[in-house]
Amino acid sequence: MKSLLRLLMLILFLASPLASAGLVIQITQGSEGALPIAVVPFRWEGKPAPPPPQKIGAIVAADLHRSGYFKPLRESQMLSFPATTTEVDFRDWRALKQENLVIGRVLANGPGGYKVEFKLFDVYKGEQLLGYSFDTTAADLRGVAHHIADLIFETLTGRRGAFATRIAYVVSSGTVKKPRVSLRISDSDGQNSQVILSSKEPIMSPAWSPDGRKLAYVSFENGRPGIWVQEVFSGKREKVASFKGINGAPAWSPDGRFLAMTLSKDGDPDIYVMDLARRKLRRLVHHWAIDTEPSWSPDGRYIVFTSDRGGSPQIYRVPVTGGRTERLTFQNSYNARASYSPDGKMLTFITRVGRNYRIAVMDLARRDVTVLTDGSLDESPSFAPNGSMIIYATNYRGRGVLAAVSTDGRVKQRLALQHGDVRDPVWSPYYK
Amino acid sequence: MKTRLLKFVPLFLLTLLLAGCGTTSTKTTSNAGNNAGTETGSSAQSSAAREGGSWNGSPLDDPDSPLHEKVIHFDYDSSEIRPQYLPILRAHADYLINTPSARVLIEGHCDERGSREYNIALGERRANAVKRFLEAEGVSPLQIDTVSYGEERPVDPGHNELAWAKNRRAVLVYQ
Repeated sequence: MKSLLRLLMLILFLASPLASAGLVIQITQGSEGALPIAVVPFRWEGKPAPPPPQKIGAIVAADLHRSGYFKPLRESQMLSFPATTTEVDFRDWRALKQENLVIGRVLANGPGGYKVEFKLFDVYKGEQLLGYSFDTTAADLRGVAHHIADLIFETLTGRRGAFATRIAYVVSSGTVKKPRVSLRISDSDGQNSQVILSSKEPIMSPAWSPDGRKLAYVSFENGRPGIWVQEVFSGKREKVASFKGINGAPAWSPDGRFLAMTLSKDGDPDIYVMDLARRKLRRLVHHWAIDTEPSWSPDGRYIVFTSDRGGSPQIYRVPVTGGRTERLTFQNSYNARASYSPDGKMLTFITRVGRNYRIAVMDLARRDVTVLTDGSLDESPSFAPNGSMIIYATNYRGRGVLAAVSTDGRVKQRLALQHGDVRDPVWSPYYK
Repeated sequence: MKTRLLKFVPLFLLTLLLAGCGTTSTKTTSNAGNNAGTETGSSAQSSAAREGGSWNGSPLDDPDSPLHEKVIHFDYDSSEIRPQYLPILRAHADYLINTPSARVLIEGHCDERGSREYNIALGERRANAVKRFLEAEGVSPLQIDTVSYGEERPVDPGHNELAWAKNRRAVLVYQ
């Protein structure tokens, strides 16, 4: 009987839209001093209209859990299920040693519309810290839930949340002979995934514009690499670079006016900067070695890049106006694909430790390197816009999957897609 | 090497020609007799002749020729051509010199380790190493084109040294 029930639940899980929508997250390493918080399931008070398609409370709890800062209470352990302030009895939550309590409800709001209310309490002081009401639609309910998680996160940690952001990534499926490649975007939790480009040829190196409304990427759709810029919300796109040889590694300037890229049209791969309005190119780095993977500092003054001019791939930094190139990495024989943290104080990059490729961070003031991951094929690290997490690609049981690690290395999670290899993740900036 | 190969080229072609004649004839036969019954009262009846000529072959496809080998492999993070591949590349150089209409695309590929864009650059370096070798043998640069796929197009999707060794390669693709 018990196994039958388990089977039934498995079928329900597999059949649910949540399970098939995209990536499934597994938290592989939790954090010890995580804050206990109770997020009561939001009550549906819009009967007789059909209930909302999303469980707001569950999404909020999952977001907070994923951050590593919070340890949400299981629903089965809750003693009461308040949805309004008058229904809250703080003694219930003190007995369960919960420091914070989140309650909320969803009401019908015209045809197809919803009103979502939520409140955050300090359980020991017995006072309200936050209270909001949102008008929304079915399609934006997940967005509202991520926004609520952001508000709670910022109130309780003092740091801006990054749950209502997106990730872009490349999925490869099909076979060696018949590959299928797609560029997708999803919410930061891997749900709500949408294909924005599909191809039989490789797609690589997506890069968000600073306003999060465009993606630059490399597509081999004509058999040759070209750099494209696509408007994420209209699908409109144009090719900005298709020179002879390599057209790769696009990187936006912080003001969105320039695109740094790797071109080999003049011989060896070098770093160029393109003025996007005028389509004018300037060669920034000129060297006989491989120079690639440019990334701008958030203040727009520097570009870091990978070069093997010293005999092995290492990270270098050059002023955008030109000038002296400085080598930044000296530890390990392979360091590549660097990018800055949003505050400009750190770099994340790939480093080889023995025979393994792992994700590392460097504190730019102290120049010390910390290896954050323990995989063997970890690559493509990208900071969340609040700098708290790094998303990267790794290999799990022979498949390409996405994973995220907190910048201090304490919390790890895996985002696995049901089919295909996932790679080249990049976290979006904030949407105003 | 060059002259010896040249001697064999007409023989290859003759062999392929003979083989082609004996086996291919399907393309045009269905057209025969297509006018039957359409023009009543006419005593004349036209019919189509068999066109023939539907074979193709090339010394590039002779399994016993070094030209049949179109893939060469590389060491980790290296674009140096191993000595064992020099005879193969010389045969391709001879073929290209003697067939001025032939065009070859050299694809550079890498194993999956390390960063994707660095691997694009490394793959280009491998393709260029082959291109430079062919040019040094006397092939016209106009006959050679290169493209790097980095680690994006593995032949073996495995995640082990055996797969990686297969994937670190340059491939000659005749256009």
